[in-house]
Amino acid sequence: MKPMLRADFARKFPAGPVIQVDRLEIAGAGVTVLFGPSGSGKTTILRCLAGLETPDTGAISLGNETWFAGGKNVTRPKDRHIGFVPQDYALFPHLTVGANVGYGLHGRSAAEKAARLAELLGWLGLDGLAARRPAELSGGQQQRVALARAVARRPKLLLLDEPLAALDTPARQRLRGELRRLLRQLDVPTVVVTHDRLEALSLGDDLVVLDAGRIVQRGPVQEVFSRPASLTVAGIVAVETVQPGRVLELENGLATVLVGPARLMALAEDLPPGTTEVFACIRAEDVILSSDAEPHSSPRNRLSAVVRAIVGEGPLTRIELDCGFPLTAVLTKQACAEMALQEGSAVLALVKAPQIHLVPRP
Amino acid sequence: MTSGDWQIVWFSARMALGSTLLILPVGVTLAWLLARRRWPGKALVETFVSLPLVLPPVVTGLVLLQLFGLHGPLGRWLHAQFGVEVVFTWKAVVLALGAMSFPLLVLFARAAIEEVNPALEQIARTLGAGEWRVLFTVTLPLARRGILAGVLLAFARALGEFGATIMVAGNIPGRTTTLPVAIYSSVLNGDDAHAWTLAGIATVIAFLALWVGERFLRRRK
Repeated sequence: MKPMLRADFARKFPAGPVIQVDRLEIAGAGVTVLFGPSGSGKTTILRCLAGLETPDTGAISLGNETWFAGGKNVTRPKDRHIGFVPQDYALFPHLTVGANVGYGLHGRSAAEKAARLAELLGWLGLDGLAARRPAELSGGQQQRVALARAVARRPKLLLLDEPLAALDTPARQRLRGELRRLLRQLDVPTVVVTHDRLEALSLGDDLVVLDAGRIVQRGPVQEVFSRPASLTVAGIVAVETVQPGRVLELENGLATVLVGPARLMALAEDLPPGTTEVFACIRAEDVILSSDAEPHSSPRNRLSAVVRAIVGEGPLTRIELDCGFPLTAVLTKQACAEMALQEGSAVLALVKAPQIHLVPRP
Repeated sequence: MTSGDWQIVWFSARMALGSTLLILPVGVTLAWLLARRRWPGKALVETFVSLPLVLPPVVTGLVLLQLFGLHGPLGRWLHAQFGVEVVFTWKAVVLALGAMSFPLLVLFARAAIEEVNPALEQIARTLGAGEWRVLFTVTLPLARRGILAGVLLAFARALGEFGATIMVAGNIPGRTTTLPVAIYSSVLNGDDAHAWTLAGIATVIAFLALWVGERFLRRRK
């Protein structure tokens, strides 16, 4: 059983913003993602957990070890036994890869050090690079050296700040999956800060969404992404379509919602009773397009739509539709080509009722 | 060059080297405190340390003379405690050279330490390093080029020091006479040729110090 990290603190800045962490509890060896737009306080929270910044009030503890209490960092960073990977990796430029990775193994026997180093370099595919300087490595290699250095002394908690942000796009796409695999193998409670939705989805088990210094939602990643608790969260997790609507009918947990001229069927389980004014949230990935007038498929919502814009986004294509209200869909390039979609094409947009998420509108 | 000239050169070099080595640990410590810590009175100390850079050297010498003279507070104490006399001895030369070159060393070392990315020191702490280990394995190695430049300039400054030295150590041939003081007294005695010889030697030494230093710093890059 891994010790539980408990954080409940506030950090105030003279210029105004307050970072407020309410009862953040992290147990087990999974990956918790702190997710939010830049300026939402993610990095500050991570640095407070590492002891590199001092909160003003509250408490932080790991298991029965108090880290921060009574306005003081009771346990200094050096005694917290953590692994910290900052956004720019902060590799020691004057030390070799081997010395960087081995820095935290100070005081161990030479044999133990060498064994651990060999193990880590092998595990991370850095064999033969031990004598290099950080400046001689690629971005991806630097990232792995920073990870190796952070985990060398088997930390009790691993903290990663935007682990892939310093990489170029191809490297980031390649390393996203790889980093997930490595973190799984490590079996250390991990907190990852990111503003990248794909990174959050691919790395995280649990998601903590932050906005303006506060936790606005937390839960399993998929759940938070598909069921944002509020419009703020929906905006942060970038659910592409968020449209105002009115609940016309509510029956057996299924709502009929008028959005623009369209009637949509949506699950209403989470909707407080009596709610009429809602936002309908639809993720672009959940919109299926069909050029067939009568498709043999089950989705409750079939919307006649006209393609307004087609925007390439790497391997994906984003389709802006008009079906009485604006709706965004996302397809692979190939699918888009097969359907011969163009601006002005008429298509049928299909959305399953459970994939339309209703958020009460104030 | 006479054996007397060699004696002067050797004496000057030893005094400059000694004063530089003496101020190195103190200067680097102070530079670190100024660069990395906040403490009350910091601004005052900062200004005070830089004073010898802008004051006429004879004023610094005068202050040292007052402090370390047999009737001065520090001089009396040193004499009573250790039986040590400072003024008008080689110790006064080291003192004057140290006081005059100290600001240069602190200035350079401080700038060099400030250049070191604090994130690297923080990472070292998260990896279990205490403050001493952070200082000796991260801060100082990364600041070494700037610190070495400061050491070099301090040495060169010490070698050329005149005003403070003559105030506090005087001009006792064979005992406190440094190269610049010897040049001055040669001119006073009308021995211009001797003055030029010594001036030539001073130039060569200064040139060598800067050249070697430059080469050394280059190679480290």
